[in-house]
Amino acid sequence: MKRLILIALGFIAAQAANAAGEGDAERGKVLFQKDGCYECHGLVGQGGVGPRLAPNPLPAEAIASYIHNPAGEMPPYVTKVVPDADVGDIRAYLASLPPPPKLADIPLFKD
Amino acid sequence: MTSKNGTSAPDVDRRKFVSSLAAGAVGAAGAAASVQAVAAAEPATPSKAAGATAEAEQIARSGSDYMVDVLKALKIDYVTTMPGSTFRGLHESLINYGGNSKPELLTCLHEEVAVGMAHGYAKVAHRPIAALIHGVVGVQHGSMAIYNAFADRVPVVVIAGNTADAFERRPGVEWAHSAQDNAAMVRDFVKWDDQPASLGHFGESMVRAYKLAVTPPMAPVFITADGDLQEASIETEPPAAPRLSVSSAPVGDPAALAAAAKLLVAADNPVILADRLVRSAEGMANLVALAELLQAPVIDQGGRMNMPNSHYLCQTYQAGALIRNADAILAFEAWDLWGAVNEYHDTIHREGRSVTKAGAKLISITAGDFLIKANVQDFQRYMPADLAIAGDGEATLPGLIDAVKRAMPAPRPARLDARAAQFKKDHSAIRDRLRQAATFGWDASPISTARLYMEVWAQVKGLDWALVTESNFQNSWPQKLWTFDRPYQHIGKSGGAGVGYAGPAAIGAALAHKAEGRLPVAVLGDGELMCAPSTFWTAAHHHIPVLMLMHNNRAYHQELMHVQRIADRHGRGIDRASIGTTITDPNIDFAKLADSMGVFAIGPVSDPAQLGPAITRALKVVQAGEPALIDVVSQPR
Repeated sequence: MKRLILIALGFIAAQAANAAGEGDAERGKVLFQKDGCYECHGLVGQGGVGPRLAPNPLPAEAIASYIHNPAGEMPPYVTKVVPDADVGDIRAYLASLPPPPKLADIPLFKD
Repeated sequence: MTSKNGTSAPDVDRRKFVSSLAAGAVGAAGAAASVQAVAAAEPATPSKAAGATAEAEQIARSGSDYMVDVLKALKIDYVTTMPGSTFRGLHESLINYGGNSKPELLTCLHEEVAVGMAHGYAKVAHRPIAALIHGVVGVQHGSMAIYNAFADRVPVVVIAGNTADAFERRPGVEWAHSAQDNAAMVRDFVKWDDQPASLGHFGESMVRAYKLAVTPPMAPVFITADGDLQEASIETEPPAAPRLSVSSAPVGDPAALAAAAKLLVAADNPVILADRLVRSAEGMANLVALAELLQAPVIDQGGRMNMPNSHYLCQTYQAGALIRNADAILAFEAWDLWGAVNEYHDTIHREGRSVTKAGAKLISITAGDFLIKANVQDFQRYMPADLAIAGDGEATLPGLIDAVKRAMPAPRPARLDARAAQFKKDHSAIRDRLRQAATFGWDASPISTARLYMEVWAQVKGLDWALVTESNFQNSWPQKLWTFDRPYQHIGKSGGAGVGYAGPAAIGAALAHKAEGRLPVAVLGDGELMCAPSTFWTAAHHHIPVLMLMHNNRAYHQELMHVQRIADRHGRGIDRASIGTTITDPNIDFAKLADSMGVFAIGPVSDPAQLGPAITRALKVVQAGEPALIDVVSQPR
């Protein structure tokens, strides 16, 4: 029983950490590819067929909510398949990505 | 001998002689009867017999020479082919009797490449060339490419060999390459086919086939050139092929156009959809003129290069909002009209829902209803229209423009100016947003598809370029970032989405651009190219200049997602969908592959900073008249 309570407390702490933008970015990077997020959103969350996710990702709760009940073409992923803890780590990965260069600083975009 | 076409055949029947030789060659332990048959056929003195036989085998002019005359009369510039014995007569006549010029034989290493090249060529040149394919097996190899051309409504003249007369076939393989009904395998996706029984019949059917192929709705046609007909001697010249008289394109009914004009002029928010519409500069100018008359936004669905994307009324990237808000929608040659005005999700419970406003009027102008086959289902869901106007979109545009001018009140309603102002603002904002979106992942490796296209654009934008591949698997970045203002600058889509189309169609299109001195650019999917890798060899062999970039994302990403969707649906985890869908371990080295076939190649390039210099080097090769490839290790989309 004590062990169960400790696990539950650990889970709650992890959730809180995720909500604050923390989490295991390295693990999140692995999950981002393993779970196939990159297929539509790009390997660095830059967007493509799916919307851009990084940098400055949405809060973990919002991401988890959308993953489980998407509105568009994205398949719904149940919690069993993509647990909320994984979402937190994925978000941490997305939050760790640098911003892109400014448009004005990219020579190729000069008309 | 008198052949079936009524002409006299050679004194010595070649086929009987060859057949008896083959029958005797069954092995040392062959039956005595076979040996006797050979003995009976062979003269007593071998050296003398060879001379006598060779003389008897001489034919001054055979049926295949006549067939070449027909192809020349039709002004068919090229014949793409992979060699096959069922058309050896026509092959020889093309290169010797015809001088291998107009038409010139183009060597392909797979019938899918031969037909795909013809598909791509016709989309740029707007006239068909011929693909010459082997009986039965060649037809099967070429069938997917024929289907793509059919689904894309593009004219291709397919000529297939065959030996209909069983008594004239060589024993063995020729039987395996002969059919009772050669076209049966592709009849579901050609506009018309025939198996002519005489040369006169061949001439007439070829002209008829050509005429049907180029009459909207355009599509491939299929003519069987019988092997005996090709090889039999002509001693009495058959009538020349009849003159080609191409039909005018079907045009929409003027009364229906007047009704359409009334609806469009009265609408507060008219929207124009354009899919397989524009073929010519005149067609593009007419679409622009109609849009400006109505101040109606155009959503270019990409089946053809329809609307200049630099024009403020090209509003493709707010299609959803525009359709939801429209009170009149005019669709030109829409492949999937239902899909354009309905919402559908790939979920277990499948249902579609209209996204249009209540009372919105739908006007469809298409020649599509003139050509629907029962078996293949490329015709999409049935979509009722308030005005369904049968007619070729491009040919109908001038009549609709006139009708709109007549229906437009004077002075022009002020709401049109308000719409113009809004769309100018929207166009500018969307352009800025798309350019901004392209910066994300700019320095990533693998290289982002946006970066790939911008690196190319920087070096080709000052040239007379044309994109000869579709870009839907690269997030349509070129349409978002480049400036397209001429109808030849994009090849449109594949039609049937049969994988393997891109490479062959690209070099066929590039060949057509070569005649105009343009610079063709192709961005090829890796999985797509591997269906027809010999595309590289044909491009090198025939010196077809084309700048090719491999979108090497090392997977069939769309299929991977389909498997993942189903795994997720079963709750079985989603991390094994890569099995059977990825192209890694080993990674394909496309530069080596292309180089092995004589194409200048660079790569793999995975550092975005190295891509620009690689393009510079490749471009020099292309501008010198040869193909070049850069293998770009890229993001999935």
